[in-house]
Amino acid sequence: MTQFLDISGLCARIDADGQEKEILKGVDLSIPPGEVHAIMGPNGSGKSTLSYVLAGREDYEVTAGSVTFQGQDLLGMEPEERAAAGLFLAFQSPIELPGVNNANFLRTAVNAVRRARGQDELDAVAFLKTARAAAKDLSMAPDMLKRNVNVGFSGGEKKRNEVLQMTLLEPSFAILDETDSGLDVDALRIVAEGVNRLRSPSFSALVITHHQRLLDYLVPDRIHVMAQGRIIHSGGPELAQQIDREGYTRFLAEAAAA
Amino acid sequence: MPAVTETREAVEKLGQSSYKWGFETDIDMDVAPKGLNEDTIRLISARKEEPEWLLEWRLAAYRSWLTMKEPTWAKVSHPPIDYQDLHYYAAPKKKPGPKSLEEVDPELLRTYEKLGIPLHEQAMLAGVELPEGETARPPIAIDAVFDSVSVVTTFRKTLEEAGVIFCPISEAVRDYPDLVRQYLGSVVPVGDNFYAALNSAVFTDGSFVFVPKGVRCPMELSTYFRINAKNTGQFERTLIVVEDGASVSYLEGCTAPMRDENQLHAAVVELVAMEDASIKYSTVQNWYPGDENGRGGIYNFVTKRGACRGARSKISWTQVETGSAITWKYPSCILQGEGSVGEFYSVAVTNNHQQADTGTKMIHIGRNTRSTIIAKTISAGHSDSTYRGLVRVQPKASGARNFTQCDSLLIGDQCGAHTVPYIENRNMGARIEHEATTSKISEDQLFYCRQRGLSEEDAVGLIVNGFCRDVLKELPMEFAVEAQKLLQISLEGSVG
Ligand SMILES: Nc1ncnc2c1ncn2[C@@H]1O[C@H](COP(=O)(O)OP(=O)(O)OP(=O)(O)O)[C@@H](O)[C@H]1O
Ligand SMILES: [Mg+2]
Repeated sequence: MTQFLDISGLCARIDADGQEKEILKGVDLSIPPGEVHAIMGPNGSGKSTLSYVLAGREDYEVTAGSVTFQGQDLLGMEPEERAAAGLFLAFQSPIELPGVNNANFLRTAVNAVRRARGQDELDAVAFLKTARAAAKDLSMAPDMLKRNVNVGFSGGEKKRNEVLQMTLLEPSFAILDETDSGLDVDALRIVAEGVNRLRSPSFSALVITHHQRLLDYLVPDRIHVMAQGRIIHSGGPELAQQIDREGYTRFLAEAAAA
Repeated sequence: MPAVTETREAVEKLGQSSYKWGFETDIDMDVAPKGLNEDTIRLISARKEEPEWLLEWRLAAYRSWLTMKEPTWAKVSHPPIDYQDLHYYAAPKKKPGPKSLEEVDPELLRTYEKLGIPLHEQAMLAGVELPEGETARPPIAIDAVFDSVSVVTTFRKTLEEAGVIFCPISEAVRDYPDLVRQYLGSVVPVGDNFYAALNSAVFTDGSFVFVPKGVRCPMELSTYFRINAKNTGQFERTLIVVEDGASVSYLEGCTAPMRDENQLHAAVVELVAMEDASIKYSTVQNWYPGDENGRGGIYNFVTKRGACRGARSKISWTQVETGSAITWKYPSCILQGEGSVGEFYSVAVTNNHQQADTGTKMIHIGRNTRSTIIAKTISAGHSDSTYRGLVRVQPKASGARNFTQCDSLLIGDQCGAHTVPYIENRNMGARIEHEATTSKISEDQLFYCRQRGLSEEDAVGLIVNGFCRDVLKELPMEFAVEAQKLLQISLEGSVG
């Protein structure tokens, strides 16, 4: 028990065309305050599913287990309540909102969480100032704020936009689902710096990735290996190199033997 | 205070659950007996002290109405309307035609205040008493129509100085008879259709606008319609004439109290644009839509048509339709002048048991005429919405162009949306493009917004406003903000 994020025995399934499909099969994971953890694992092992379940997506049915977030029963909360409580998810595939101005969307979101957190809302001027500065830090083109949310954004631009949202929403816990995929080397560094800027004793993160490179910039406290809906191995930051060299075969074999 | 915030606050204060403008005003009324016959028409005409020619005009309309049948081609259904069971005239008892705000029944002013309509000119004068952070905005002149009668028109002096006539049509009949006689019925003839004929026979008031040659109207003009009396049909008549090189932007808003019975509303709007003239006509229609079981609500059967008579003239219709139990409405443009331009931007929202059959007609007669149609349809609950649009290109309209885009958004799976385009092209050189899409608000979009902290309702509001953006951006600022809020209010409870 860490008193920050504790996932225990989490099982979840989805109704795929009338067939119940078990995806998470007993996930145990704890993240203490102020730590950055990484999850690595083969395609289809349930990493994104875990992030969706934590964020409260309704099409996944939780069948067993519990999640406590800063002392609250996370699974009993609506998605927007989780956001207000400080949870942020950077989507593996960010969603397009046609006709919705990016700055307007961001301001609506920021003020929604500020309201819920008992903070003053930001007026348009104050917000734009903050948003422009944050966009600049992420080397985003100034017109990105004026465009429609994610519509026509390149893969890399979408990922940066997720990090921009994260910065402005000031989460205490961020899940980054393959935010590094599709980024060029420079962008990768910029995004990693964006996360590093948030690091503090009151900010934790769960970084889902396939690549060791991100973890070079974002040195995590722990790395977990996920396979077939379970965390099958955990270790220190050095685990990333090992996975890079050897792949997952050994962990899978060990898990099968256990 | 700006109209928008005032409206918003009025809404919140009223605390009415679903339809926020549902209150009734207790006012002494002068009401004609129920029923429609030549005597009713003579009575209306006499009450309004009309000239003989207008009475004859009305009677001709009535006689042609008697030979007509209610149209049945629209995709709407309702129990038969008993036209003998309605009042055709209801007016606040006060002598018609108050000249200034001081003469208006204070109860009436309070009603408009509740609605958030700023009739007090002083408060509207730009830059004077604006709260912090508000920027000065140009004032809006308002003609307030209460049941059958126009109760007050603001800013008349400023407008007169500019040469613009903006007054109740009943007054125009008296003060500018030649103008009215020349243009009334020139775009929508008395026998045009069932509802237009009915309106011509019994119309009681509405607005008249005349912008002379070369004048750009110095402010937005607005009419606010409110039905209050029970079992009363409302039949306004609006006539807007804009001469060579002149322009005007006109706004129309509407509300009605909540009632169990349906109420009939059959307006006619005629626009005339001469050479290089431009008319922008915006509507935010928010009549009472009925309750969630489909009881009550306004039947809105409206004929709106604009004639681009002069070369390079332009008429632009923008409408946001969120109210009424039934909407039957096809604002149209007759593009006669060479190079004239017609535009139609529409958002129609239906929820619960509302029915809307709306669209436009673009009739290309002159050469190089152009038209644009952007229609956004949003259906929720058990509602049913149809876009019906006609683009007709006459043989002489070489170089005519039309672009049509119809998008439907469905919320839930009990509602329907239909697109019925009619294209009649008699000129080989014309270019007509039509695009249509149907979509649903996706779970992905909702979840994405909620993950960012938005409530489900705010998320729907945001997505719907995004969907309507191309239309909303055509509205004057004041109205655009009001319309966005209306969209959200009218879709409340439609998800989850
Ligand atoms: N809506 C769904 N319908 C059917 N199957 C689903 C659905 N969502 C997830 N799955 C399945 O659950 C499994 C886990 O998917 P998930 O997206 O969580 O994997 P992942 O670990 O994030 O993979 P990747 O590394 O490729 O992103 C996959 O086999 C996937 O096909
Ligand atoms: Mg994934």
